[in-house]
Amino acid sequence: MPFDLVPLWTILLGFAVFYYVVFDGFDLGVGMLYSLVRGDTARATVMNSIAPVWDGNETWLIFGGLGLLTAFPLAFAIIIPAVYFPILMMLLALVFRGVAFEFRFKHPALRRIWDGAFCGGSLVATFAQGVVLGSLIQGFKVDGREFSGTSFDWLAPFPLAIGLALVFGYGLLGATWLVFKTEGELQDWARRTATICLLAVLIAIAGVSIWTPLAHPDVARRWFSWPNIALLSPVPIVTALIALGEWEALRRRHELTPFLGAVALFLMSFVGIAISLWPMIVPYHYTLWQAASSASTQAFLLIGTLFLLPIILMYTAWSYWVFRGKARGTGGYR
Amino acid sequence: MTLDPVLLSRLQWAWVIAWHILLPAFTVGLASYIAVLEGLYFLTGRDIWFRISGFWTRIFAVSFGMGVVSGIIMPFQFGTNWSRFTDAAADVISPLLSYEGLMAFFLEASFLGVLLFGRRLVPAWAHFFAAAMVAFGTLLSSFWILATNSWMQTPQGYRMVGGRFEPVDWIAIIFNPSFPYRLMHNVNAFYITTAFVVMGVGAWLLRRGRATEDARMMMRMALDLLILLVPLQIFLGDQHGLNTLEHQPAKLAAIEGRYDTVQPTPLTLFGIPDDAAATMRDAIEIPNLGSLILTHSWDGTIKGLKEWPADQRPPVGPPFFGFRIMVGIGVIMLIVVIAGQVLQLRGRLWESVWFLRLCQWTAPLGFLAVIAGWITTEVGRQPWTVYGVLRTADSVSPSLTGANVAWSLVFYIIVYLIMFPTGIAFMASLVRRGPQQAEFEAPLDQIECGLPHEPFESAARAAPQP
Repeated sequence: MPFDLVPLWTILLGFAVFYYVVFDGFDLGVGMLYSLVRGDTARATVMNSIAPVWDGNETWLIFGGLGLLTAFPLAFAIIIPAVYFPILMMLLALVFRGVAFEFRFKHPALRRIWDGAFCGGSLVATFAQGVVLGSLIQGFKVDGREFSGTSFDWLAPFPLAIGLALVFGYGLLGATWLVFKTEGELQDWARRTATICLLAVLIAIAGVSIWTPLAHPDVARRWFSWPNIALLSPVPIVTALIALGEWEALRRRHELTPFLGAVALFLMSFVGIAISLWPMIVPYHYTLWQAASSASTQAFLLIGTLFLLPIILMYTAWSYWVFRGKARGTGGYR
Repeated sequence: MTLDPVLLSRLQWAWVIAWHILLPAFTVGLASYIAVLEGLYFLTGRDIWFRISGFWTRIFAVSFGMGVVSGIIMPFQFGTNWSRFTDAAADVISPLLSYEGLMAFFLEASFLGVLLFGRRLVPAWAHFFAAAMVAFGTLLSSFWILATNSWMQTPQGYRMVGGRFEPVDWIAIIFNPSFPYRLMHNVNAFYITTAFVVMGVGAWLLRRGRATEDARMMMRMALDLLILLVPLQIFLGDQHGLNTLEHQPAKLAAIEGRYDTVQPTPLTLFGIPDDAAATMRDAIEIPNLGSLILTHSWDGTIKGLKEWPADQRPPVGPPFFGFRIMVGIGVIMLIVVIAGQVLQLRGRLWESVWFLRLCQWTAPLGFLAVIAGWITTEVGRQPWTVYGVLRTADSVSPSLTGANVAWSLVFYIIVYLIMFPTGIAFMASLVRRGPQQAEFEAPLDQIECGLPHEPFESAARAAPQP
């Protein structure tokens, strides 16, 4: 083999997934919270806070999906059929949400219905993504190179609980995004909502941290054997500190810090899951290297990715810059 | 009746891709048209180019958005329903597929934003450049997806390792034997489809006496393009057919409705295929014409399907009828375009109400032809996903039951039947608004207000109507 590209593709894919979770996470969160906001102006403000960016965020799902397919096709071929219905729910919810977003401008008379579709779509997509994540951590029945369980294996307490947890997780991202992008009463409301979501998220993080090592001896060994327990102890400590900081930031009415704190909490959870599962990509069956495509396949796509990704990121940064400042219910930004 | 996961997965694939393909069939041509209009505006500075471009860009924004949304579904189908195919073939096809997605992703993230919202934010040359890049990007997208499809039809450049395809030569994989023909035939079909829509919309505006100058320009541009592209398409189709005869003779036999090998081969105009008995009922045939068209000689031989074992034959009905619908539409298009050119030469184009009405009726024909042609080529290559190597029946996800797929198919049908008609109605309402001078004077802050697809709308609404 000329050069091992698996580590690089692992980083790229990890980055794409994390980027997607944070960025589409906050706009899915805002979409869910929208149904709780009262008043036309406040609702318009909430919508405008994500309007310029949400579809760009969603396209990262394509990059994540295609990246997994190309770099680790065996994982794609085992994981995706195992979560057949959650994926179906997620895709249809995202379609509905995307279309609802456009059409609500077009048909003021039907706006209530499209608004419902937008919120419902956000909720279902979020829950389904949580179920996919929960199923991944739970592990799959595998026979040879195939998923050998049934299409309803995801219908178990743990994946469903993760689905619920992610609703609060994206809710936290969405609420803190609103704290950042709004002012006055709406901001106060967003701050209270963020606090509730934060409590639920912390309970979920604690729950997963207890449940996973209990259910999977490998995970327990990873965290609690010597010297790992010493080396990895900063992970829970830093997470606890971030949680504390997040609480304080919300209480002291910071504007941007709560959103950054929420992103940091997601990052720590992401790191925690990665440590638990490493080096598996089909948990407890196939490692990243076993599931990888040929070096030639990985190299072929890498060329274009390394060229296009920086341009996309620069453009994205620029568009967030253009739409900086507080969102308003009428007219535009600034 | 037992539910067959393979058949249902094929139906599901057909359902989601048939709707999806309608959007590129339109947006690939439209992107190029907009780029031409923007170029003309940049060079001449005449308002008419600006108005027509703005009009079609609004419609483009909706159809491209729907294309992206329905496109997100597609790569996941490989995993959900075709995981065995994915495991076997991903090393070869996934980079090609990913490049297609990356192109769309890249466009969505960059030049499309400038094209849609950047009119007043960037200089004129940059706006033209963005339009040209969007057009180029849609063509690149077509390039990669058709390379993927063509490799599955005429695979080469790989070796088998433990039942999996491994890439050996990427140039051979991309430029496989059917690719150049399929690419040209498809892209040309997309251009023709768009031109017929543009012509139909122009005719509709003319008949209502709306934006007459703009509508005449649209019709004239479409007609002049079509008189070149429609005959070219007939030539490209013939070449593509010869390529199929060489590399996928069983598909060609199905298209021709030919079960028995006969020399010289007649041309079957019509008939009712019966796969079980392997005969064509009530066939109407013209002697020798099959040989003439397909081998370009008076008594060449075309192999009949009976030359292949029964489990390697495609079903005849869909390719046989699909092909005839496609060719029939091609003939109608040729007649319409020639009639339009004759009227134009005689200077009677704008008074001929019957012709304007004809243009309206024929506007959606391109979409029908694309779907018919796609059914011809995709059913014709059965029973294989990778031609001659991997069977469709061996490609489906092993964990799926018939009931699983039946449920997902029902959901896809319901959601698409809500989404696509609403989207089409949305585009129709944009057509009804017609080209407008208004957005030319739209205030800057309205354009910047940061609502995708909304700024155009609200800007046009906020500005004084002419």
